[in-house]
Amino acid sequence: MPLRSVRIPRIPRTPHSPRGPRRAAAPGRAARLGVAALAACALLATAACSGTTREDGESDRDAGAGASSTATADPNAPLAEDLAVAFLPKQVNNPYFTVADEGGHAAVEEFGGEYKEVGPSEASASSQVSYLNTLAQQHTDVIVTSANDPNAVCGALNSARSAGARVVTFDSDASPECRDLFVNQATAEDIARTQIELIAEEIGGSGQIAILSATPNATNQNAWIELMQQELEKPEYAGIELVTVAYGNDEDEKSFQETQGLLSSYPDLAGIISPTTVGLAAAARYLSGSEYGGRVALTGLGTPDQMREFVHDGTVAQFALWDPADLGYLAAYAGAALASGQITGAEGETFTAGELGEYTIGADGEIVLGPPTIFTADNIDDYAF
Amino acid sequence: MAHDTLYASRPRRARRARRAAGPGPLRPLLRWDGAVGLALLLVALGAALLVDGFATAGNVRFLLLDAVAVALVALPMTLVVVTGEIDLSVASALGLCSAVMGRLWVAGLPLELIVVLAVALGAVLGAVNGLFVTAFALPSLAVTIGTLAAYRGLAFVVLGDDAVADFPFEWTDAVAGTLPGGAVPWAMLLTALLAVAFGVLLHGTPFGRGLYAMGNNAEAAAFAGIRVARAKFWLFVASGATSGLAGVFWTLRYASARADNGQGLELSVVAAVLLGGVSIFGGRGTLPGVFFGVLLLATLRNALQLADVPADTLDIVTGSLLIASVVVPNAIARARARPATGRAAPAGEPTAPPRQERPEREDTEDAPA
Repeated sequence: MPLRSVRIPRIPRTPHSPRGPRRAAAPGRAARLGVAALAACALLATAACSGTTREDGESDRDAGAGASSTATADPNAPLAEDLAVAFLPKQVNNPYFTVADEGGHAAVEEFGGEYKEVGPSEASASSQVSYLNTLAQQHTDVIVTSANDPNAVCGALNSARSAGARVVTFDSDASPECRDLFVNQATAEDIARTQIELIAEEIGGSGQIAILSATPNATNQNAWIELMQQELEKPEYAGIELVTVAYGNDEDEKSFQETQGLLSSYPDLAGIISPTTVGLAAAARYLSGSEYGGRVALTGLGTPDQMREFVHDGTVAQFALWDPADLGYLAAYAGAALASGQITGAEGETFTAGELGEYTIGADGEIVLGPPTIFTADNIDDYAF
Repeated sequence: MAHDTLYASRPRRARRARRAAGPGPLRPLLRWDGAVGLALLLVALGAALLVDGFATAGNVRFLLLDAVAVALVALPMTLVVVTGEIDLSVASALGLCSAVMGRLWVAGLPLELIVVLAVALGAVLGAVNGLFVTAFALPSLAVTIGTLAAYRGLAFVVLGDDAVADFPFEWTDAVAGTLPGGAVPWAMLLTALLAVAFGVLLHGTPFGRGLYAMGNNAEAAAFAGIRVARAKFWLFVASGATSGLAGVFWTLRYASARADNGQGLELSVVAAVLLGGVSIFGGRGTLPGVFFGVLLLATLRNALQLADVPADTLDIVTGSLLIASVVVPNAIARARARPATGRAAPAGEPTAPPRQERPEREDTEDAPA
């Protein structure tokens, strides 16, 4: 056990000990060990011609892009039956994705397909790749996924597509050349603007605010934060100062502590925006149990189930989110429309997503679900997710 | 030799007792690494028969590709754990090398050079661990938990939350490429060759024998003329360099240099090493056992995924396997030790603590490379 590591006695260091010469050889042998890995990397290096730099490759980057469909769309084609639709969320057992996938499940049942949800228990790109490879092996017709890393899943998505799968991303996009369609929950601009509007309204248009985000490298959150900063530059928000962005890593405990830290570091803080469901719930729990409850405004993106008690006890007046079930539902229909030939993924094509009605494909194969829903004490009890 | 007769009585008696207990020809399978190899074979056979799509070249390729990074890092880890130390910073070193690789690529350096630099950086990171463990005689568990956090933090300093993804297609494609037949990625072949090299080093050289000696008793090993600190230092360097190499592989395999690459990988590596029969207390274990352990975990995971077993069940299965891998050999050792100590120690003599019985198990250390 490393814990009982032993202090090395100095006695055997005498140069005249009989083992002296052998010891002299030891460093060489040990050094070779370190060199072994280097030799292996030299092997790697020789695998390609010398001197590959970033500039060389720029032109042929797209060479590997997945099979782009040349088929023409037939808007009147019926939805194919018995489609195998697989949902691969960022992470299973995450309440948000569970609701989204259940929405997808409902859609798949409506059009008579075969639904399944697979995915890793930790939100990592490498484990998603392994699941994507599995789905390709199983000849899945439609893969609906939310990418943990837009590029890392690219190769696996493309090999699944060449095995015949149609790929729809939702919530978090993969690189556009690796998927057929992206179902966006709301435009990033809408999300950023809504949250700034909400906080401005609650703190009366001026004061210090902070953002409690997910992980420092969360794609969505970072895009929103950047847009929120731009939004704050508008003259009507001149009185609002964004003092810091804290990261709760989408962990309840960490988010709770970060909220505590924010309030002690910035005693004049008027409001907190948490654009992540885990962060918002943790911050609300901290506020409601502290002297700051009701005094410091809190808003962001949250789920009605998690926020219900805090809205009713007055800690949080309003927050926003889209309905993840609708998101999954729309993504499943989009995948089915692709697999049935109703659409090819080209801009301007339209299809009907069950009870949600008609949607039009935008630029870069993007479909937008709609503007975010605002939840307040008046309407929160109408939602259960 | 006189030296032998002085000390041999107890182990000899124990060996005799064991020989009486177990049949000879089945011995190799009763050894832990043999059992893990057999389990691997059974799981692979079972999966091929029961799981649709398992026994295809494409699937085997994916399975092996998923196992490469863990396998690479597990090789030096085996040697490190055999000496009674541990390196938990491997995944963070992988992430830091990946992040630096991305940063250098953006800076316009040729990829050939970047690969060498990334591995060299890994070696330096390992040397830092090695220095703390040997020169300052600190416990490696504490040191590498520290560098686990520090290296990951540095990775975020280097690359922040960016991802560098525009690596040349020929390279990313080549890394996932296979030998003719389409089942065995050449990256796995390279890993297997490295495994042979590490296996020879551990089982076929005086250096390797010395690692077992210091794992059993570092002080005694030092008195026997083994340069304990130096050997451990170089093992940490090797561990770092291999993590760097794994970082290069990871970056190209997923065509994405990120600071959070390989997060949590150290646990998979340690799990595979323990499953492979290496004692966490040092002094025991074989490299083939670990290689089988890595493949067993990867095969099990792949087969269960193909069979649509949910991720949480999958985690429970691998977790239980790990616990079994610690409990079963322990139970066997106890069962074996009981009659031996019963005969060796007459009433009144203190019962030997488990650690002193280790020399009796030298058969487990002597696996052919």
